[in-house]
Amino acid sequence: MKVAVVTFPGSNCDYDLYKAVQQVGGTPTFVWHRDRGLEGYDAVFLPGGFSYGDYLRPGAIAHLSPVMEDVIAFARSGGPVLGICNGFQVMCEAGLLPGALVRNAEIKFRSHDIFVRVERADTPFTSHYEQGQVLRIPIAHGDGNYEADEETLRRLEGENQIVFRYTDAAGEPTEASNPNGSHANIAGIVNAEGNVLGMMPHPERAMESVLGSTDGVGMFTSMLANLSGAAG
Amino acid sequence: MSRYRLEVLVTPRAGLLDPQGKAVHHALNSLGWDGVSEVRIGKAIHIDVDASSEAEATEKVEAMCRKLLANPVTEDYEVSVVGTLEGAGS
Repeated sequence: MKVAVVTFPGSNCDYDLYKAVQQVGGTPTFVWHRDRGLEGYDAVFLPGGFSYGDYLRPGAIAHLSPVMEDVIAFARSGGPVLGICNGFQVMCEAGLLPGALVRNAEIKFRSHDIFVRVERADTPFTSHYEQGQVLRIPIAHGDGNYEADEETLRRLEGENQIVFRYTDAAGEPTEASNPNGSHANIAGIVNAEGNVLGMMPHPERAMESVLGSTDGVGMFTSMLANLSGAAG
Repeated sequence: MSRYRLEVLVTPRAGLLDPQGKAVHHALNSLGWDGVSEVRIGKAIHIDVDASSEAEATEKVEAMCRKLLANPVTEDYEVSVVGTLEGAGS
């Protein structure tokens, strides 16, 4: 699996993502935001961080980077794109995913482990999990409150586009387990076509037991199994 | 061609939780100001634009709002001309 890890000025999870891809046997390459061309990659990952210092809005400036034209074209042609944290924010700004991520409801920067329930195990990103499985992975964000209009929220539920939901350890999406005020405890969504996934939690930081959790590994092995050779 | 100064007011959409505004509201209450019914916090952006008319300058800045300055999912915006500046050649 050849993966382009796009880096913006202010990305800070790019190396974590790079290492996670390597760990499962994939081949990552950093692609600078000013570079062009994503031919030959099986997948494109947008990492977490604070691109452009979150100026204006998180992801607002980054989504206009030259490489984003290629990322959008890659996604529109069916190429798999994963955005984590700031990557998710960039995707929403770019219109690759509906909705927006705004300031956490309690105005706190939340950096700790949370639980998410896997709502969809039939995506190329999550097939190594079971539906309903509860994962413990970290979050680290100040703007992770998922907002969308009523119609979009209905569509996300109706079309089964919610991939991860914040829950308690038992898998119940309670108010107390929602770290940022997101509608319906949404932690990650996929587009209608199923090839673009955005999520606030950081699976790439849950790759080694010495770091607290290995629950993120399944995402990377899923992608390795499903996406390798996709670019031909 | 004239140079206009425009102000863009970007505010959180009505109905959307504004945690910043809420915190400031609490702070005002704790300072003893009663009768504050709501506080909403947005941002003001000043932009100087060369254009042949106020209408054209406004149109340009509205296009900027749609493309970058405001996120239509979560924010409303208002554009107004706040002044005419010296400097642009004719």
